[in-house]
Amino acid sequence: MITSDPTASQTAGAIILHVNGEKHALTVDHRTTLLDALRERLDLTGTKKGCDHGQCGACTLLVDGRRSLACLQLAVAAEGREITTIEGVGGSGAGQGAGPGSESGGQGELHPVQQAFLEFDGFQCGYCTPGQICSAIAMIEEHAAGWPSAVTDDVHPEAAPQPLTPEEIRERMSGNLCRCGAYMSIVQAVGYAAGARHTHSGPDEGSAA
Amino acid sequence: MKEFAYRRAADVAGAVALLDADPGARFLGGGTNLVDLMKAGVESPERLIDIRELPLDGIGRTEEGGLQIGATVTNSDLAAHPEVRRRYPALTQAVLAGASGQLRNMATVGGNLLQRTRCGYFTDITQPCNKREPGSGCPAVEGEHRNAAVLGASHHCVAVHPSDMGVALAAYDAVVSYQTAEGAGELALSDFYLPVGDTPHRETALPSGALITAVTLPPAPVRSRYRKVRERASYAFAIGSVAAALEVRDGVVREVRLAYGAVASRPWRARTAEAVLRGAPADAGSFAAAADAELAAASPLTGNAYKVTLLRNLTIAVLTELAELAEPAGPTGHDQEGSAR
Repeated sequence: MITSDPTASQTAGAIILHVNGEKHALTVDHRTTLLDALRERLDLTGTKKGCDHGQCGACTLLVDGRRSLACLQLAVAAEGREITTIEGVGGSGAGQGAGPGSESGGQGELHPVQQAFLEFDGFQCGYCTPGQICSAIAMIEEHAAGWPSAVTDDVHPEAAPQPLTPEEIRERMSGNLCRCGAYMSIVQAVGYAAGARHTHSGPDEGSAA
Repeated sequence: MKEFAYRRAADVAGAVALLDADPGARFLGGGTNLVDLMKAGVESPERLIDIRELPLDGIGRTEEGGLQIGATVTNSDLAAHPEVRRRYPALTQAVLAGASGQLRNMATVGGNLLQRTRCGYFTDITQPCNKREPGSGCPAVEGEHRNAAVLGASHHCVAVHPSDMGVALAAYDAVVSYQTAEGAGELALSDFYLPVGDTPHRETALPSGALITAVTLPPAPVRSRYRKVRERASYAFAIGSVAAALEVRDGVVREVRLAYGAVASRPWRARTAEAVLRGAPADAGSFAAAADAELAAASPLTGNAYKVTLLRNLTIAVLTELAELAEPAGPTGHDQEGSAR
């Protein structure tokens, strides 16, 4: 039964990836990671390859709205899932028609988290930044949905909502490493973008209200 | 990485049949460990059977008042589930203490139990390793073993199981359900992992070709806690951890569950300590005596003796914290939840 299926032993196959609202048909060796498929085949080089072992977070993107690591995801296993890369997180056309020369998403509107990273100088060399931003976008949603973290004192579901303090941000973002050590500004940018203004000041403001 | 075929399974019977027909195949869940090991050449399956779309992603109450967790539930969904947070808080704490937000969104419950050790000799195919290549030796005994086992190991292998989740599951008396081509079966978590002995490459008692379908938790003491010690504040494997649950009445331990992580080839249920504690005064003296009784069996290497002290201190600290919560002046909302059962 199995052996009669001509596809059963193939080590490559045709797949369709849904990336930033567009469908891409391609044939991949099954060993191809989603990260390599995006960068090498679709010219979406915003997603970065850092460690390639799931330890640094540089390849973070959104799969069905949840932050995931593209380096540990096989492209063939990503078929049918909605993938959003840094090129696709902005509004009004960001990421559309992305290709060589347009990896920043063209003229599209920046996502508030992207804008906050600019305003708070949340990077130095910038290599970890796409992963930091994709991670933060989804993390803010996780927090808003009431998910606790490892530093949440009371995980009981009836406990009062945990504010997104700098300690919570650091813990929830710990899967994204920054070799330059821009963490201070990253925490500020994420907090600002999350609207956590009771614990953070804006870029031009004094102490928090 | 070696070439491999790929199939997506639509149902449990189909997944099990595919594996049964192909001994060189492996199930692919979140892939956070397996794909990485394939890159390193430690794993080289001829076929991956993708099980992430199987209908095993639910969490529901059992008739006995426990909780059944589907095998493909992600770590994130498990940790965030209200019933888990309400009734098995140490499980939420353990899951959240592990990996990163990204990895927890990908990783699954079944895969967590079957993940491999992070011992550096196991993951480096240029090194000997009895777990990876039986009979080749264990360089860790004389080499880098700072995070190696102190309980239940043998000179054939001193690797530790890296799971946080599994430690809480051990404390909660979890039962693992599986399916093979021959039918369904189950294993208590305490019987799930095999002793190391001289066969460290044989890790679990799962029958050949089995697919984990669920993990079931019986009702358990609600007052529970997971505490993890590691070399940095977040996103690192444990060097020692404790999952504990405690019920105290009139200053005496009525019920206790204790499990240790990062000290053995499996989540280590501390039954010797539990036996010392049941009926004993719920105080630091009893907690220390219980830890000492459990750790009397420890046989540390030169570089990881610190773990014995660490586990002793962790045991006392976590049980003391739970005991202080156990007999407050009056019941709070949480306590009503616990004592109602």
